[in-house]
Amino acid sequence: MNVDQKLYEIIKDFGIDLVLSVPCIFLKGILDLINERKEILHIPVTREEEGVGIAAGAYLGGKRPAILMQNSGLGNSINAIKSLLELYDIPVIFIMSHRGGKDEKILAQIPMGKIINKLLEVIGIKTWSIKSSKEIIKLNEAIIYSQECNCSVGVLLQKSLWSEEI
Amino acid sequence: MKRFDAIKKIVEILDEEFVVCNIGIPSKELFHLKDRPQNFYMMGSMGLASSIALGLAISQPEKKIWCIEGDGSLLMNLGSLSTIANVNPSNLTLIVIDNGSYGSTGDQCTYTSNKTNLEVIAEGAGFKSIVKITKVEEIKYILRDLGKGCHFVLIKTNPGSALVSNIPLKPIEIKNRFMQSFTEN
Ligand SMILES: [Mg+2]
Repeated sequence: MNVDQKLYEIIKDFGIDLVLSVPCIFLKGILDLINERKEILHIPVTREEEGVGIAAGAYLGGKRPAILMQNSGLGNSINAIKSLLELYDIPVIFIMSHRGGKDEKILAQIPMGKIINKLLEVIGIKTWSIKSSKEIIKLNEAIIYSQECNCSVGVLLQKSLWSEEI
Repeated sequence: MKRFDAIKKIVEILDEEFVVCNIGIPSKELFHLKDRPQNFYMMGSMGLASSIALGLAISQPEKKIWCIEGDGSLLMNLGSLSTIANVNPSNLTLIVIDNGSYGSTGDQCTYTSNKTNLEVIAEGAGFKSIVKITKVEEIKYILRDLGKGCHFVLIKTNPGSALVSNIPLKPIEIKNRFMQSFTEN
C-alpha cells in the first residue's frame, strides 16, 4: 500500500464519512482515491472557512467530517474555528499538507509554513505531525483523541511523507 | 417591509423545517417571534449560515432545511452559492433577507443597496430555482409552495431592525436541543 492508500484507509476505517477539501498537489493522490471509491462523501469547497461551516452543519446532522487542505487554509479558517467550532463544541479533523517547510521551493508558502505549529498552539488545536509512512498511525491517534475529547484536532502531513516513495 | 416583518411571515408557516439563522439581530428577531429547538442561532462566524445549512441538508436528506441569511453576510461567503448550487440538495431553501444594510452594526449600506444584484449572482452560481419577493403578503404563499429542491429566495426589504433583547440561551444549549430535535422529529 502506498502512503495515500494508507491515509485513505484510516480516514475511512475511523468513521469519517464526509470530506471537505481545498486541493493541494500533495493531497492529489488521496483526493483521487476518495473520488474513485465513493465510500466517503466528498464536497470540494471554494474556501477553507466555508468548509468549516459545512463541516459544522454536517456534524449537527450526525456526520463525522474532516477537512483536507493546505496549512495556509488554517489562516482562512481561524474565526470559524473559534466562534463556531469552539463556541458550540463541534469537533472537526483538519488534515493539512504542510507547505513552506525545509525544502519548499515556493517562497510564498514559507511565511505561513514557518508559523503553522505556533498558530495551531495559540488557537488551541492539538496537532500531530506525520513525516514518514511509519508515522501514519498518528492519524489514528488524532482521530481517536478528537472523538474522546469532542474537540477539533490538526494533522500536518509533511512533504517527506511522499518523497520517501519517489 | 422590514426584516422583522419578513421573519414574522416566515415563522407563520414554520412546521417541521429546521432553521439556521444568521448572526446578530436576525437571530434575536427569530428567537423573539418563535423560539423552537429546531432553530439554530448562529452567534458567531459571520458568513457561514448558508454553509452550515448545506452541511445539515446533506446529512439529513429527509428533513427540510431553511436558512435565513442576510445580504451583508452572504456577500462575505459568495463562494457558498457555487457550492450549494453544484451539490444541489433537494431539501434546502436559502432565504436571503436583503435590506441593503449591515443591520446589526448600525445600518451601514451594503453593496446590494447600490449596484450588486444577488438574484443575478445566484443565477450565475448555478441555482435553478430563484424567487424574488418584494411584497410581504407573498412570502407565505411562495414559501409554502416551493416543494422539493434547492431554492434561492430573495426577499427585498427596507433597512431597520426591531428592538429585541439578547438570546438568553448558551451556545451549547442551542446545539444540544437542536441536535436532539433531529432524533425526535
Ligand atoms: Mg442586511
